Amino acid sequence: MTQSACKTPKIRIRNLSKSFGSNHVLRNVSMDVETGTSFVVIGGSGSGKSVLLRCILGLMTPDSGSIEIDGQNIFELSSIQRTQKLQQMGMLFQNAALFDSLSIWENVAFALLYGYRKHLPKVSRSDARVTAYRMLELVGLDPELVADLYPDELSGGMQKRVGLARAIASKPEIIFFDEPTTGLDPIMGAVIDDLIKSCVDKLGSTAIAITHDMASAQRIGDDAAMLYQGELIWKGKAKELLTTDNPYVHQFTHGLRQGPIKVETKVE
Amino acid sequence: MTKEFKGPLLWVSLLGRMVLNAIQEAGALALFALRGILSIFYPPFYWRIFIGSMINIGYLSLPVVALTALFSGGVIALQSYTGMAQYHVDSAIAGIVVLAVTRELGPVLAGLMVAGRVGAAMAAEIGTMQVTNQIDALRTLSTNPMKYLVAPRLLAATIALPFLVLIADILGVLGGFTVSIMKLGFSPQGYIAATFNTVKFMDITIGLVKAGAFGFLIALMGCYHGYRSKGGAQGVGASTTAAVVAASILLLVFDYLLTDIFFSK
Repeated sequence: MTQSACKTPKIRIRNLSKSFGSNHVLRNVSMDVETGTSFVVIGGSGSGKSVLLRCILGLMTPDSGSIEIDGQNIFELSSIQRTQKLQQMGMLFQNAALFDSLSIWENVAFALLYGYRKHLPKVSRSDARVTAYRMLELVGLDPELVADLYPDELSGGMQKRVGLARAIASKPEIIFFDEPTTGLDPIMGAVIDDLIKSCVDKLGSTAIAITHDMASAQRIGDDAAMLYQGELIWKGKAKELLTTDNPYVHQFTHGLRQGPIKVETKVE
Repeated sequence: MTKEFKGPLLWVSLLGRMVLNAIQEAGALALFALRGILSIFYPPFYWRIFIGSMINIGYLSLPVVALTALFSGGVIALQSYTGMAQYHVDSAIAGIVVLAVTRELGPVLAGLMVAGRVGAAMAAEIGTMQVTNQIDALRTLSTNPMKYLVAPRLLAATIALPFLVLIADILGVLGGFTVSIMKLGFSPQGYIAATFNTVKFMDITIGLVKAGAFGFLIALMGCYHGYRSKGGAQGVGASTTAAVVAASILLLVFDYLLTDIFFSK
């Protein structure tokens, strides 16, 4: 691999492939995400977006290819080193994935209370609670009202905010967003996008978001790429998403039925 | 991947696939159990979850286990009286009750009750966490799900079951005693003396060892099937059923094996 003259990207993915049986979910995906930028991956359902995210997070092992974070291939690290890398990452899940047996503040402070912290100082429950309150304020929730509630007592939008607070509580260097606005009304979607943008800016983190919401993609992203049938078919600036002349992106972003993307009407 | 066969070969291939699946399943379960056991011994250990599980398994199962033991002790006294009366060996009843309860009925009935109550709950809880991405969320928060979810439950069930069975033993004997005194007209002193003359320390100890093994099996099945849940509510339901059925069957198989090892001479 030729080393380019510019600095190492935060995340460098090369020739990543993953298949389940005969179903090739990712084919030779290569991309770079620069430090401090937000990268949006768009694509239809089943285009491999979630698998890409899970591979970067180490929740799934690809069949071939490499993922480097700060220049280190994560698949060559020992499990402890990988856990340490995970400590630098946060993730907002599509359904927020809050722990329903724990209260809101315990959810937000989970990594501080229960995470692997071998080389980090131990955090007392009262300190963790203070951090959780600060994070809840950061995502626009009133800690006095919600901290002692349980996840099922909150609306979808509030759960997303708590999920965001949990993802940023350990001040991660990289934050992943899986369909951050899915299931929310357009106004709440915009609120969450603005929160994401401001949190990422405040922390100076690098962000990767996957979405099929065009408005959201443009609000969050600096750079963007489109996945189609496991291949990265377009890369560019998020601003160019609606103006590019790539026929796939044009069809997808404008929601057209006619075009190179064939809509499957039955499961093969 | 699999070639399609026709005619008699189809049956051979089906049989082969079944055997392969069974071996694969056994291997996955063994690996899961090994990782679970190892997770108990390496830090961090989640005491909060462990204590919660102890309360849930040990304390909250008490009423169910107590009632089961009390009535089964009584039933044995009644049934053996029916059988014994014709041979005029009524005095053996106290011995039969205490041996049946400490050696078999205590551990097995308590185990089956806990499998239904706790094994199902574990599978449902962990299964729901699996299908709603909460287990993935644990990993992204640098928490090992085997340590956080599985290890404390395995240890709690293995420790809590012997205590439950000890109480079941006492209540089972009490059930037999009550029926014998109130209904069959035995003398209390004679019954108690016969009980203590018959039962040996080893009977109770081996019953408790069995209970520990059953506790481990129940938690293992609950965690394993919950962990492998797929596809929403139906998947969680299926794994809950699988956890209870598998735990109950394994429990009876292990009961036979342990009895064979300890009591057959």
